[in-house]
This record gives sequence, structure tokens and C-alpha cells, in this order.
Amino acid sequence: MPADDGSPPATITPYPDGPYLVRGDFALTDQQGNELPLERRTIALCRCGKSRMRPFCDGTHKLIGFKAPSGPEPWPGA
Amino acid sequence: MAGRLIELPAPRGPLSEQLFEALAGPPHTRLACPGLIEPSDALADEDLQLALYVAYELHYSSIRGVDESWEWSPSLLSFRGALERPFEEAVAELVPPAEAAELESVGAALQEIVARDPGPPLSRYVETQGTRERVLEQVVHRSAYQLKEADPHSWAIPRLSPRPKTALLEVQFDEYGGGSGERMHSALFAKTMAGLGLDPTYGRYLDRWPGITLATVNLVTNFGLHRRRRGALVGHLAGFEMTSSIPNRRYGNALRRLGYGEEVTHFYDEHVEADAVHENIAAWDLAGGLAAEEPEVAADILFGARALLQVEARWARHLMDSWERGETSLRTPLVPAAA
Repeated sequence: MPADDGSPPATITPYPDGPYLVRGDFALTDQQGNELPLERRTIALCRCGKSRMRPFCDGTHKLIGFKAPSGPEPWPGA
Repeated sequence: MAGRLIELPAPRGPLSEQLFEALAGPPHTRLACPGLIEPSDALADEDLQLALYVAYELHYSSIRGVDESWEWSPSLLSFRGALERPFEEAVAELVPPAEAAELESVGAALQEIVARDPGPPLSRYVETQGTRERVLEQVVHRSAYQLKEADPHSWAIPRLSPRPKTALLEVQFDEYGGGSGERMHSALFAKTMAGLGLDPTYGRYLDRWPGITLATVNLVTNFGLHRRRRGALVGHLAGFEMTSSIPNRRYGNALRRLGYGEEVTHFYDEHVEADAVHENIAAWDLAGGLAAEEPEVAADILFGARALLQVEARWARHLMDSWERGETSLRTPLVPAAA
């Protein structure tokens, strides 16, 4: 949903073999609802699971050969 | 903070002597174009790289005692062109031509190129074994670029169509601190230098930077000043961002191991997170976007990334070889302040 101030809605984009980039009007919270401080307007969330600063990406996916497409993966065996 | 102002460095040979002598006088006169320049190793040639660096520096900074209108003086530009030719040829010799398959997905090709980075493990060495003196040297070398980080890539802005331009600005806005001057990456680097007891004044260490360090900056300035190299400039940025997160974590670890606190490591820690964002935007939206809209520059995007890695590899080898021999990698050693 666009915010009242006209800022764009949040978008989440998986990048090929890389993290999720999150842009727009959003908040990142832990499970208790506490907001995590954000250092920048566009953030990268870990998708490979191996970052040493989760939930943020630290580039480790490149060291472990993480592969994933930007769009949906085909059904296994399809 | 005042505008940039550097001192003319000491010349290192006939080209820099001729150039600096002319720059001290009125513009447009007395700068004859040198004959054919054929250094045996243009990439690390002290005289050639210094003369080119100062000729380029007119676009970034004031130089004490030098009339600012030298920047666009035809005789300066013609002199500079004579310096650029052997440099560009030396870089081109290091870079294989792009393959047709790579041009089908420039983003994927960039991932492959950086995965096969030809450089030696400098950041790993510094992380695990770097002494304080060597870490300081590495920082002094890097200050040649980091104190103007992002600036040469900004020259691409007016040359790009909307999609890649938007991607570039998304990266650059963050590089320039996201609206906060204090968080500008060049300012963070200056803070790191000050915390290490180094002088963060722009251009302060120019006399100490060897030719190969100047070449790392001359490469991106060369791409940035020539519109025809917009592909290479974009590829250089993508390659830079894609090889940044992991080495910067290692440099931060080195400083922590040596007992430095967050005020010194912040530049590196910030780059781990920032460049994990930037590398994706740079590879897929900026480089991929430019290749989609201007396929004729796609090969030059890959050239820019490969040229970056080759020149950086040569620079890193210089540091590691010098240290292996027990020598400083700078032209003159840093004198420890009242150690």
C-alpha cells in the first residue's frame, strides 16, 4: 500500500544468485515487533542463509556458490 | 571543509617535469606535445602515471599555483592524449575480448568475471598477518581513490538513459551518505585515516604513491572523462562493488585484531553491508540495464570490469612482493609519528 505521504509501496526483489533487495516504504521488525535500525533506503536481506550479519546480506553467497533465479523456480522435476 | 587543493608533487621524469613546469605558468602556452611515448611498462611507469594523474587531477581539484583554466587548455588536452595512448594500450593488452555468450547476460558474465578475480589474496594476508605498518601502508595507497570515492563514476550520470541512470543514482546516493555529509564514504575513509594517525587531507600522500597506485585511479578517471567509455565506466563500478564486501570485512577484521575500535573500522563495516546492496544493483540494473538499452557498449562493460581486476591485481602484487622483500610498498616509508 502506498503511504499517505506519496512514497512508493515496498517492493521485494530477489536478485539472481544473490539477496532480496527491499525498497520503498517499509519497516523491518523482529518477531516481537521491534523495529531494526536501517542504515540505508535500499537494503539487502540474506537469501542464502550464510551471511554473518543476518538478516542482512554480507556477500557470503558468492563464497558458497549460491544459485537461485530472480523469478520463481520451476517445480522440481518439471 | 574547504574545496580540494593539492600541491604539485615532485616530478619523476621528463614528462612530469615538462608538464609541471608548464602548469606553473599561464595556460595555453609552452606545453609542447611530447613525441611518441613508449615506456617498457606503462602501467607502472612512474613518470607517465604521475604526469597523467596530475593532468587528470585538474578535473577534480585545485592545484596550488596552477591556473584553473588549464583544465580545458587545448595544449594540456593534447599532451594528456599522448600520455593516455600508451596507458590505454597497456590496459587493453591485459584484457581478453568479450565472448559472444557473455553478451547475452552481462549481469551473469560479471558474476563469472569477479568469481575468477586474478588478484593475489591481499585482503586475506592483511586480515591474518598484516602488521600495523603494513595496514597503514595499504590505507595510504587506498586513499588515492577512497578520498574521491564515487566521484569518477558520477561522470556517467548525464550519459545514461533512464533505467541505468536510476540504478547508478541509487548506488551513488548511498555512496554520498544518503543525504548526510558525515556518512559520505569518502568522509568515513577520512575518519579511518585520522583514527590511524594518518593525514586525511586530499592528495596528502601523492608523492608516496607509486605509479601502479596512480594507475588504479587513472584507469577510472580515463573511463570517466571519455563518454565513449561509459560502458567501461559502468563495468568498473560493477566490478568494484562486486569485489568489495568480502575484502572490506577482512580489512575491518585486521584493524580489530590490531586493537582499533569502531571509529576506525566503521568505513570497512559500512562497506560490507552497503556493497552487498550495491553490487546487485550495479551488476543487474546498471550494467544489465545499460547493455539492454545500448547493446553496442555491452562488450566495453565487461572490458571495464576486467581492466579493473587486472590493474588491481597488479597493484596488490606490488604490495605483497614489496612486503615479501621486507621493503615498503610506498615510494618512501611512512615515518611512525613519535613512536
